[in-house]
Amino acid sequence: MAAVPREGAGAGGVGAGVRSATARASSFSRATAAASPKPAIPGVKHGLNGAAFVSSGIPDLDRILGGGFQLGTVVMVMEDAEAPHHLLLLRNFMAQGLVHRHPLLFASPSKEPRAFLGTLPSPVSGSKDERPRMAPGLDPDAQDHDKGLRIAWQYKKYFGEQQSSGLHNRDCRQEFSNDFDLRKPLERQLLNGQHIDCISLLDSPNLEILQDHCSAFLSKLPRNDGTIGCAGRLAIQSLCAPQCGYFEMDWDMASFIRSLRAMVRSSNAVAMVTCPTSVLPPSFCKRWQHLADTLLSVRAIPDEDKDMAKLLTGYQDMIGLLHVHKVAQLNSQVPVILDATTFSLKLQKRRTLVLERLNQAPVDGSTGSPYGVPGSSGSSKCSSIDF
Amino acid sequence: MSSNASNLLEEALGIGGGRTIGGRVVLVEDCVETSGAFVLHHLMKRVLSLESRGTLLLLALAHPFSHYDRILRKMGCNLSSQRESNRLHFLDMLRLEFPGQIDGETKEVGFQELFSKLQTAIEVISERGNNNGGITIMIDDISMLEIAAHGCLDQILDFLHYCITLTSEYGCALVILSHGDIYSSDEATGLLSSLEYLADIVVKTEPLATGLAADVHGQLTVLNRGSSQGQGYSMNKFRNFHFKLKENGAEYFYPGSIKT
Repeated sequence: MAAVPREGAGAGGVGAGVRSATARASSFSRATAAASPKPAIPGVKHGLNGAAFVSSGIPDLDRILGGGFQLGTVVMVMEDAEAPHHLLLLRNFMAQGLVHRHPLLFASPSKEPRAFLGTLPSPVSGSKDERPRMAPGLDPDAQDHDKGLRIAWQYKKYFGEQQSSGLHNRDCRQEFSNDFDLRKPLERQLLNGQHIDCISLLDSPNLEILQDHCSAFLSKLPRNDGTIGCAGRLAIQSLCAPQCGYFEMDWDMASFIRSLRAMVRSSNAVAMVTCPTSVLPPSFCKRWQHLADTLLSVRAIPDEDKDMAKLLTGYQDMIGLLHVHKVAQLNSQVPVILDATTFSLKLQKRRTLVLERLNQAPVDGSTGSPYGVPGSSGSSKCSSIDF
Repeated sequence: MSSNASNLLEEALGIGGGRTIGGRVVLVEDCVETSGAFVLHHLMKRVLSLESRGTLLLLALAHPFSHYDRILRKMGCNLSSQRESNRLHFLDMLRLEFPGQIDGETKEVGFQELFSKLQTAIEVISERGNNNGGITIMIDDISMLEIAAHGCLDQILDFLHYCITLTSEYGCALVILSHGDIYSSDEATGLLSSLEYLADIVVKTEPLATGLAADVHGQLTVLNRGSSQGQGYSMNKFRNFHFKLKENGAEYFYPGSIKT
């Protein structure tokens, strides 16, 4: 192999002649450092381009976004004024963090934000008949660790409820993402941690208090190239809610998001911010959208929409729609193009949140040409669904 | 991407084959659906390439150094070594704040400081005689500067005008990234219309009219107001083509002619 002293050429460190004469080695160095495995922190997964992911609390969403929420990014959820579906996303996000013992900062425009913690769901407790949901196409019997889990479930019947919950908690911590049972509240002991900071935005005349809290929170989670010490989560509910004291201060709010983004970039944390963007002036709404790294929006589905019932299968089970506008792409200029960007929010067995691609219902032969293509992203074909 | 292949973007910008964007103002407008950052990356690579011997002054308001470093590395350009050899001057302005938000005067002072920082850097560069390839000032992105200034349009426009004087004084090129869709509503047209008026070249990235696609990431529209220096007339050239982004660069092609 000819050693060509061209910028950016060559496999890592093979051609010693490629290195420049300066004391500083070229950007390509022998990959010995990367050979040592990174210490596993509960709830953090590593990906390409130096990315680290934490789970959103909804396994389907993690899969859609290609791993989860990336550490160092801001996730923005645009609320629908008619339905509180953003709270579902927020609850799962926060509950997942508490299960993994990630430090949490929660800000909301309610007077008593701590009360919201009481509504967080608990991870699904598997019984013998329940199998943990796995990615499609995987044969559970072929995987070793699932075999291990199966053995544990068999012994569960010999243990009492207390012991099994201890075992179950440890299992939950090992998994990257959990399914959450929305009917069961999270265990008290997980809520009484030192690492949970709750802030009320209701009486704040400006965003300085929140900014100071965020700054203090994030300074404990610095990001250094290489090892990740701990991962933190910030959850800010309804940042631009009209009842907050700073509501009219458009530039201050934009400035806060900008500094939050800068702070989060240099720390091992994910910030999830929800906002009712319909109350913002359109130009600021766009500014917020540009500031977000990952942009999602939730939308209510009217209860009795006959047109939509004809258009989509499974319409009765849907509680709302989730649209993915933008997926975070740090350190890369290639955009993430998803197969489908609109998903339906459904409750499986009335307790766990799942996201499904929209399926068009087969069209009645008498009304026109059948297209019946499953799995299309509904937005481009259906005129009634307008995003 | 071979540097010898004819590049639609460079043709549209009027660079390549020895010509540079020196002395011109380039405005890159993007939107939420299609980010225009790749145009900046392409120009960065161009300026810092071995043939061009230019210098780049990057006012980074949107991303930290590591972000650009990783991206440009995949495109074959080592920003760290360029920074050390003083071909790249990286101004990290992620946390740029102008103190005293309400008082317009202190903000003016803040902008003045920023501009004098720029000017001294440029003077130093031209004194050193490394000015063969020309200096390029890149602002990524100007809407962040607007937020930092809390929307004080006057200050920002003054700052821009001062930067533009640098293009005539030192022959610098000025490349600005802005977000077109922020200014599309009625109440906030100010900055964008001023920018479009001041720019010599406007590059707009938009999504395809037909929606998302895996092979084509969007469309580029380039309006090049031909310079009237020594020509007696200026010809506006308007081009439209599609692009696909990859880790090591971007492919540009006329609509419908992608090679799969």
